[in-house]
Amino acid sequence: MSLFVNITLDGLANGMIFAALALALVLIFRATRIVNFAQGAMGMITTFIASSLLGQGVGYWWAFVAVLTIGFVLGALVERVLVRPLQGKSELNPVIVSIGLLVVLEGIAGAIYGNASRGFPAAFSQSGLTVGHTKIAFSHFDVFILVAVFALMVAMLLLFRFTTLGLRMRASAFAGEISRLLGVRVGMFLTLGWALAGVAGSLAGLLVAPTSSFGPYFMDLVLVYAFTAAVVGGLESPVGALIGGLITGLCVSYVGGYLGSGLQPLGALALLMVALMARPEGIFARPPARKV
Amino acid sequence: MLEVRELCVSYGAVDALRSVTFSARPGSITAVLGANGAGKTTLLRAISGLVKPRSGGIRFSGEELLGNSVESIARRGVSHVPEGRGVIAEMTVEENLRLPTLWCMGRHERQAAIESTFELFPRLSTFRRRHASTLSGGERQMLVIGRALISRPRLLLLDEPSLGLAPLVTAQLMTLLRDRTEGTDLTVVLVEQNARSALSVSQHAVVLNLGEVVVSDQASVIAADSELRHHYLGF
Repeated sequence: MSLFVNITLDGLANGMIFAALALALVLIFRATRIVNFAQGAMGMITTFIASSLLGQGVGYWWAFVAVLTIGFVLGALVERVLVRPLQGKSELNPVIVSIGLLVVLEGIAGAIYGNASRGFPAAFSQSGLTVGHTKIAFSHFDVFILVAVFALMVAMLLLFRFTTLGLRMRASAFAGEISRLLGVRVGMFLTLGWALAGVAGSLAGLLVAPTSSFGPYFMDLVLVYAFTAAVVGGLESPVGALIGGLITGLCVSYVGGYLGSGLQPLGALALLMVALMARPEGIFARPPARKV
Repeated sequence: MLEVRELCVSYGAVDALRSVTFSARPGSITAVLGANGAGKTTLLRAISGLVKPRSGGIRFSGEELLGNSVESIARRGVSHVPEGRGVIAEMTVEENLRLPTLWCMGRHERQAAIESTFELFPRLSTFRRRHASTLSGGERQMLVIGRALISRPRLLLLDEPSLGLAPLVTAQLMTLLRDRTEGTDLTVVLVEQNARSALSVSQHAVVLNLGEVVVSDQASVIAADSELRHHYLGF
């Protein structure tokens, strides 16, 4: 029983991280119809910047804020410099560019920091909490993961649902041409969407790094899980990213806990296939529009 | 006053508009008529900035529109309702109405404008929190017309507003357009396949054929020319 509880708690913590990166993928996909394969690598590079800042003696929380800001700027830059010029051309072009960016960023990180894995500090203790007389596989850092990602999700929800900025961002994402005709500066809001995705990706990097082998490729597998989460949730739904992240996290955790950690990627692949066969549009896909 | 001068638009090697010249006065409706492929939609898209002309000029209220972005043209009081009822299906009726007011109205003024739109189209008010994707064709048309009028445009470009609507709804729409234009400084350019209906509410009409202006005259004169009607307007 305790094994099941521990695996479940581990799955929830991992699922929240997948949800953060899935949210980044969703923000970009629903705005520009691009699956950004470089999203994990962008989170990787900002985590390396955090590592450098910490190495220079900068406090953890200062580095944390700085890296989220850098993620914001990096996301905006990628959109303006690499993606915007490809607008209106083949849909394949931005996909190829995002794969190219993934390779370039991993190459740059390898060249500067080396390919060997290294440690990355956690914001809080990673030793398990004690409930009653039982130690569980859920640490203060896992609590931080839940709180941080949940706060990000709530902030996004508030932004999109209750602010005029969010209204314009949604309009730009859903109907660019119509929005422009209504006076909305669509280009600016698409850039903002990429920038926010950069923040979510950077947060995911900071949360994954202490729990894994931190190196130039440490976000690759996380991106696969996040992509699975985004598809399960329905590639256009931020709430779907959260639920999809938790489902993927639990699935991967159960497979790892009961069948062996080597099978975790296969577990995610199986989940992806089941999701695509059972509900290809995802759990939180938009209902079809009325035919007129 | 809208003044279109010697406007030429090409899609690759195909000329969509060839030296189109006409003007539309404030407080009037100008119908743009013609068969499929005549260049009517392209003309509206060029005025609102969605299509870049090869040459020519478009002035509105003394300002040159060419070279400005679509958003800037919209913010100068040009409201374009494109063909196919351009509601934002993923957003609610009220959100659709709020969108064009965000850059030109404060919160209280915006709310008042939304409420007066609901007074204009009472049926919409019952759906204010429903997604636009759930509306019928007629309701969507009410929404896009209301959304186009809410920011108090000075130039309204309507592309096939009667497409797919019941005759009664079309008649109501035309009456609304006439009421909104008479005695105001609103300029309306109305692209319509339903030439009979468009001519009945318009003061002026431009007939296009293969991207060229065949005739530009008073609507009553064109309506009375049976040969022209038979040749280019199909009735």
